[in-house]
Amino acid sequence: MEYINLLFSEIYKILYVLIPVLVSVAMIVWLDRRIWAFVQKRRGPNVVGPFGLFQTLADALKYIFKEIIIPASSNKIIFILAPIVTMTLALIAWAVIPFSEDYVLADINVGILYIFAISSLGVYGIIMGGWASNSKYPFLGSIRSAAQMVSYEVSIGVIIINVLLCVGSLNLSDIVLAQEKIWFVIPLFPMFVIFFISSLAETNRPPFDLPEAEAELVAGYQTEYSGMMYAMFWLGEYANILLMCALGSILFLGGWLAPMDTPLFEMVPPPAWLILKILFLFVLFALIKAIVPRYRYDQLMRLGWKVFLPFSLIWVVLTSGYLLYFDLLPVY
Amino acid sequence: MLAHAIFFYFFSFVAIISAIMVTVSKNTVHSVFFLILDFISISCLFIMIGAEFLGMIMLIVYVGAVAVLFLFVVMMLNVAQQKNQWFKSSDTSTHIPIGLIVSLIIFFELIIVIGGWKYKPDIIENFSNNLISNSTNTHTIGSVLYTEYIHLFQISGMILLVAMIGAIVLTFRKREGVKRQNYFSQISREKNQGVELVEVKSNEGVKIDV
Repeated sequence: MEYINLLFSEIYKILYVLIPVLVSVAMIVWLDRRIWAFVQKRRGPNVVGPFGLFQTLADALKYIFKEIIIPASSNKIIFILAPIVTMTLALIAWAVIPFSEDYVLADINVGILYIFAISSLGVYGIIMGGWASNSKYPFLGSIRSAAQMVSYEVSIGVIIINVLLCVGSLNLSDIVLAQEKIWFVIPLFPMFVIFFISSLAETNRPPFDLPEAEAELVAGYQTEYSGMMYAMFWLGEYANILLMCALGSILFLGGWLAPMDTPLFEMVPPPAWLILKILFLFVLFALIKAIVPRYRYDQLMRLGWKVFLPFSLIWVVLTSGYLLYFDLLPVY
Repeated sequence: MLAHAIFFYFFSFVAIISAIMVTVSKNTVHSVFFLILDFISISCLFIMIGAEFLGMIMLIVYVGAVAVLFLFVVMMLNVAQQKNQWFKSSDTSTHIPIGLIVSLIIFFELIIVIGGWKYKPDIIENFSNNLISNSTNTHTIGSVLYTEYIHLFQISGMILLVAMIGAIVLTFRKREGVKRQNYFSQISREKNQGVELVEVKSNEGVKIDV
């Protein structure tokens, strides 16, 4: 009986995080399309509901009622597994995101490593989908995307090391609390820029959306998918984008902390600050989608390996040297 | 403790079954996926005994990087369908006995190494003196790895570096007659080098491509 009670309370807590994430994914898709449209002087989705807010729900309803087509020559088990893997991995990473000092599902010691591990698993959904479709465009798309995600993970890892040097702990709440005096975006500004660009590449967003470059690869790894399975890929993708925005705001923008200690800012509940920062980063993501043309593949690889990786490595040396010289290293 | 036991048996069962499936399954890509499942369940076991750092590193390094490369190779070489049947008299391949011998040798070597396992003599004392009850195992690993074992750590880094350079040297080749783009000349191109305004006289035309 005790176990059952525990189980239900845990499930309740999980739903308390999961349902807001899913709803905000739906809203964020609307926001993305809206911003895209405003930059291009269009209206964007504005018919369903107030300001078109329910457009995504209508789309989701359409996807649910569409037929799922599984290609005859595909590897059926892996074909079905791929979108499930993508979406599950995108959602389970939210377990360690701290929304405020005591509003976090799992406050584990190695939170940042957990997120890094989960996002490095994200590539499997894409590879599995591309390979199991047994078709040329998905396969090319998945190979491209695997190479891209593996390369940019390296530079993200080195950037995370920069932040961890200043914090001295792998716990996400500790990382936020270490920024009470100054947000890391100020001392580590170049790292923030590189992190932002790498997270664009990591989530396959434009200008790095080569896995699904419409002009060359139809839709990349999603070409053979339809109905609910396509919707799951797409949900997972946007949940990943939100996660990257959340990670950026926790690592560099001070998580749930208010910008200043004024009474006016203290009236705002801490999770609202985190949500505001996530939204700010997401608006940047959406603007970049609208205004930057797509990268060529070799340029993308060059940027990851020959520019970002050496630069962030040098920055690790600089940061650790600075901390050591001024005796600022966090002690544990 | 009951839940703990259930989870332990679940993960170890999955690990063993998937390890067997790696060798048994006929499709090579399926083998790699079972290998990934094996890595994941092993890292879950690591996390269950409280070694969360090792578990996460296992996920990041093996599943996130090594297995992706395995998958790449297997997919690119197009060896998806394995022809070898296990112990079937008609076309038993010759490399199964060799593989068994090699794996037996590795197994016995592992047993010998683990049987004679010793810590560095003074590490236990230093370690138990430094061990603060509230420090996480990440801090503890770091404080041992970068003090007591720093030379071994550096040497292993050097070995990896040499291996990396070797791999690059082996695959590096200069191809002749390939048009390459120079990024600096592309970026440093100015308007007056690229575009020229020419007054065209009627009936005379202009000479392009001078």
